[in-house]
Amino acid sequence: METIQKAIEVKGLTKRFGAFTAVRAISFDVAQGEIFGFLGANGAGKTTAMRMLCGLLTPSGGQATVAGFDVYRQPDDIKRHIGYMSQRFSLYEDLTPLENIFFYGGIYGLDRPALKRKADALIAKLQLEKEAHTAVRSLPLGWRQKLSFSVALLHEPAIVFLDEPTGGVDPITRRQFWEMIYETAEAGATVFVTTHYMDEAEYCQRLSIMVDGEIRALGTPQEIKAELEQDSIDGVFQVLARGTSTR
Amino acid sequence: MAAIHIEGLRKTYDGGKVEALRGLSLHIDSGELFGLIGPDGAGKTSLLRILATLLLPEAGSARIGEWDAVNDYTLIRRNVGYMPGRFSLYQDLTVRENLAFFASVFKTRIEDNYELIRDIFVQLEPFQDRRAGALSGGMKQKLALSCALIHRPKVLLLDEPTTGVDAVSRREFWDMLHHIRRQGITVVVSTPYMNEANRCDRVALMQDGQLLAVDTPAGVVAGFRQPLWALGSARLYPLLLALRRHPQTGSVHPFGENLHLMLKPGERPDLAPILAELSEQGFTDLSAQRIEPEIEDCFMALMAGGPAAAPGAHFTHLPTA
Repeated sequence: METIQKAIEVKGLTKRFGAFTAVRAISFDVAQGEIFGFLGANGAGKTTAMRMLCGLLTPSGGQATVAGFDVYRQPDDIKRHIGYMSQRFSLYEDLTPLENIFFYGGIYGLDRPALKRKADALIAKLQLEKEAHTAVRSLPLGWRQKLSFSVALLHEPAIVFLDEPTGGVDPITRRQFWEMIYETAEAGATVFVTTHYMDEAEYCQRLSIMVDGEIRALGTPQEIKAELEQDSIDGVFQVLARGTSTR
Repeated sequence: MAAIHIEGLRKTYDGGKVEALRGLSLHIDSGELFGLIGPDGAGKTSLLRILATLLLPEAGSARIGEWDAVNDYTLIRRNVGYMPGRFSLYQDLTVRENLAFFASVFKTRIEDNYELIRDIFVQLEPFQDRRAGALSGGMKQKLALSCALIHRPKVLLLDEPTTGVDAVSRREFWDMLHHIRRQGITVVVSTPYMNEANRCDRVALMQDGQLLAVDTPAGVVAGFRQPLWALGSARLYPLLLALRRHPQTGSVHPFGENLHLMLKPGERPDLAPILAELSEQGFTDLSAQRIEPEIEDCFMALMAGGPAAAPGAHFTHLPTA
């Protein structure tokens, strides 16, 4: 395992807000090309941890590198080398799919001919030809989320952070979205994803589960289930987050 | 107590371009805990807002008890509690002030109906003087529920109360809804989480402004007549691609740690030859088991073959097509 290149390395990472410790000395690694699920209850510290890893928030202690860059000293390099897609907002709803692609491509400094090629390929892949010139607002949520994910990958980042990407998406489109995640990981990118769908947790290669600012479980879904003697990640989650069994 | 009767309900937006409800008919019994199950864009919010008299239908009718949602809106508002999907309390009033405000609007007092909300509100009592805007997500939700119940409504309408909420808090919220139903209140709740259907007395599966099915959760599952298998392997994604190429595959979907496989209609329900082929292709660690479908299996099958496949079909490029 030592030879595998690490996309994310976190050691003792901590964030305090005044007297409150939101993230308490968490440690984990994510390998390049891995699909890593970052789970936790609401208020467990997931968002704070993610913001530190994306270079948006300076930690109070500990160490972390993302795509080889240090979260304290090189937050701007991190931002250039990651993609990010959030639960609700990632696209400009008044702009068309094509306009969004050109806007984000421009921000990441992609040159015009390359961007044009990518935009055409993307619109074709997502079967958005008919909707390429209508405002994103009028697209079904599942389509918006797939487009949003693709836009987050435009600059070919080493790592993409997905924050609850499938909330409210219909069950078939939700699964198509996960196939896009698999394709992305097969192509070599690292996927760091949060979700409240416990079946999706099982699709991840490895998981961590945060409770009260700490990582309480870390490993493959199989390892975690075996360790806590549960037959599903939902069961694991209920035990860890509230100390109650599901049955 | 009041039953809800909906007949031929239609609603469009954007000058008719978006059909939110396509002539929907539905009956909800008095005292039921009824679930509207479906993804974003199914029409759940439009239906709940019409019932709450906050939106006018273009055609059809909705009645709560004897009251018509258009003509008797003042009576309905007095007897219905509504918790919208977005947090809509006064952020700069305290917990106590919000509750007192809603009680006074409905010409009642907190003390009069405190019994009904006690189990929920007791968890908020330590934060009574905190502004609502400064509460955590879970606490906001409990306050919103308390405010929707403070006038002891006959019907409680909840729009996606568990969206974006973690799996443990979701379970607790459903426990609260069962508690409310036991007080004789009819509860209509919408959710995009398919497995929450099992917490309802009856459900309507919704997609594209239409009903795919209306039944008890067990009845929905019983309506799924095709044999279904769960297949496992350490190489799940390659297995998915291999099965999708197989000529006998009707549909195959990832489902937690397994794949759920349905053969084409008319195929003999015998997986042995397919498993042997897969084994030759290098899938030597296969497990396969006949299983009972879950609500989500039913929903996907209905989406693919049901009424939703007609007008909105280009929104669901089916992986197996």
